[in-house]
Amino acid sequence: MAMEKIAGKLGLELVGLEGAACTGAGVLQERDPGLADTLNARTLAMAERLGLPVLTICSTCQGVFSGTLYRLNRDPVWRARINEKLADLGYTYKGTARAAHLLWVLVEDIGLDRLRELVVRPLRGLKVAAFYGCYILRPSWVVGTDEKPERLKYLEKVVRVLGAEPVEFPGEYKCCGFPILTTNRRNSLMMAGTHLTDARRRGADLMVTPCPLYQPEAVKYRDPNVRLPVLHLPQLLGLAFGFSPKELRLDRHVVSVLPALERLSLKV
Amino acid sequence: MLVTLRVRRFNPETDLEPRFQEYTVDVPEHFTVLDALITIRERIDGTLAFRYSCRMAICGACGMRINGLAGLACKTALRSALNDGTVTLEPMGNMPVAKDLVVNMEPFWHHLRTVRPYIEPHPARIGPQNEYRISPELVDELSEVVRCIMCGACFSDCTVDEIDINFLGPAALARAGWLVRDPRDSRAADRLRELSKPHGIWDCTRCFFCVQVCPKDVKPMEQILRLRRLAVEAGITDNNGARHTQAFVDSVKETGWLDEFTLVPKSWGWNPVALLPELPTAVRMLVRKRAPSPVHPRQPGVDEVRNLFEKTERKRSVKDDA
Repeated sequence: MAMEKIAGKLGLELVGLEGAACTGAGVLQERDPGLADTLNARTLAMAERLGLPVLTICSTCQGVFSGTLYRLNRDPVWRARINEKLADLGYTYKGTARAAHLLWVLVEDIGLDRLRELVVRPLRGLKVAAFYGCYILRPSWVVGTDEKPERLKYLEKVVRVLGAEPVEFPGEYKCCGFPILTTNRRNSLMMAGTHLTDARRRGADLMVTPCPLYQPEAVKYRDPNVRLPVLHLPQLLGLAFGFSPKELRLDRHVVSVLPALERLSLKV
Repeated sequence: MLVTLRVRRFNPETDLEPRFQEYTVDVPEHFTVLDALITIRERIDGTLAFRYSCRMAICGACGMRINGLAGLACKTALRSALNDGTVTLEPMGNMPVAKDLVVNMEPFWHHLRTVRPYIEPHPARIGPQNEYRISPELVDELSEVVRCIMCGACFSDCTVDEIDINFLGPAALARAGWLVRDPRDSRAADRLRELSKPHGIWDCTRCFFCVQVCPKDVKPMEQILRLRRLAVEAGITDNNGARHTQAFVDSVKETGWLDEFTLVPKSWGWNPVALLPELPTAVRMLVRKRAPSPVHPRQPGVDEVRNLFEKTERKRSVKDDA
């Protein structure tokens, strides 16, 4: 929703990939790595056919695409095997696809200067904790942080350009615990809770993340003293671009965004 | 080259809290982090404690956190680790500090012992008259784990062990992943059952930290995921982890995308008592109109998705016949 709203402002034209499958989020990869790469090679081949790069707004999907591209582009034998499975469906992965997370596109393609021009409602006075999520960071040789170590600071840079103040806390590169929510609930919530508590203690009004897995995780952590709303990156951009909280669905957050919005003299 | 090493120092016998001490030293450009530490101890401060032996990334003794990430001091070029002329060194995490950069690795060894990290052949097959066959492909696969040097880097930075030290951890599970596939070992089925229990393979949160920091490219997380696959193939599916994966895979196969509405109840085997703790969240999400839709239509293109699933499944069964 928020992404559709902000795309026009950013000068991005979104073209839906009709028929693309779920990336598997690492779960499918764990059951059958070959099948997972085949499904994602199909999606990438669809994008190649359109001649367009793939934009993700999910760290997890980005990690999966980066991994698939890493293997397909480095291992011609693997690519041939995958393409063999795709052949009778009429797809070939040619090796030209690009998949990039919104966060990278913001800084590397659109540029922070352009972004600054788009801010009509500076988020002044708002303290924002940046939480990256695992799959956009690791392994560094797969997701490109080896070549571009500056990617580890993009979120803080964007927060600053939007007029808010980034809050550093120890867990920004760690795991939110979402993947083990059903296998070890205690551990899962302990991870989420640690980050929320740390960020809150350091004065954060809200947390922003390029990884949508963290949102459902964070709402399950119920400590009345730690009510820290978590916004998905497009939502924070939308706020700075002047969209109303309702348009960005901020009224639907389980942990109320209201106290943070009041700092901007906004209501839900 | 003038460099500054910022070292976290702590002596549990005399200090109340750790502190950072900076050493500035002139060293040749080709030095490793370990070379610089040795220089400091020889020229500046003989009380600085760190552990090392081989100096060539084969003994695993000099594990420490270099700029926040675990690694081997002897394998890290000083130049690559410098930020504005400074490198920050800390002891590894998840283990108690013995002194300065030296940790007590007992928690690590404890978990390793728990998985019985040695080959246990069938008693009837012990002796020179018996030989085991292993394919070159499998040797290649296993050597990925065999090259582990037990330095503890993965355990140090494991985000699950950080909040629950009972988790067996990356190195011990990777080792178990080798033994389960080694034809000389007779306990594969038992091992898989034990590893499927709490604190085992299903507790890994797939954060990639162990893959990132392992100095020998063992890819511990990949070994854990392989164990999950082997456990499910061996029929050990009566746990939330296996049910969660199955529900996810089925959903993508049948509809092309993830059915978020039923994923949690399916993971709990629709057990109403176990699902109770999820109820408040579910209600709050419903109230705020944030709950996923119970209607889960098939996506366009799902026929192609299913075609690819079936191709893989067919291939697997052909392999089984052979």
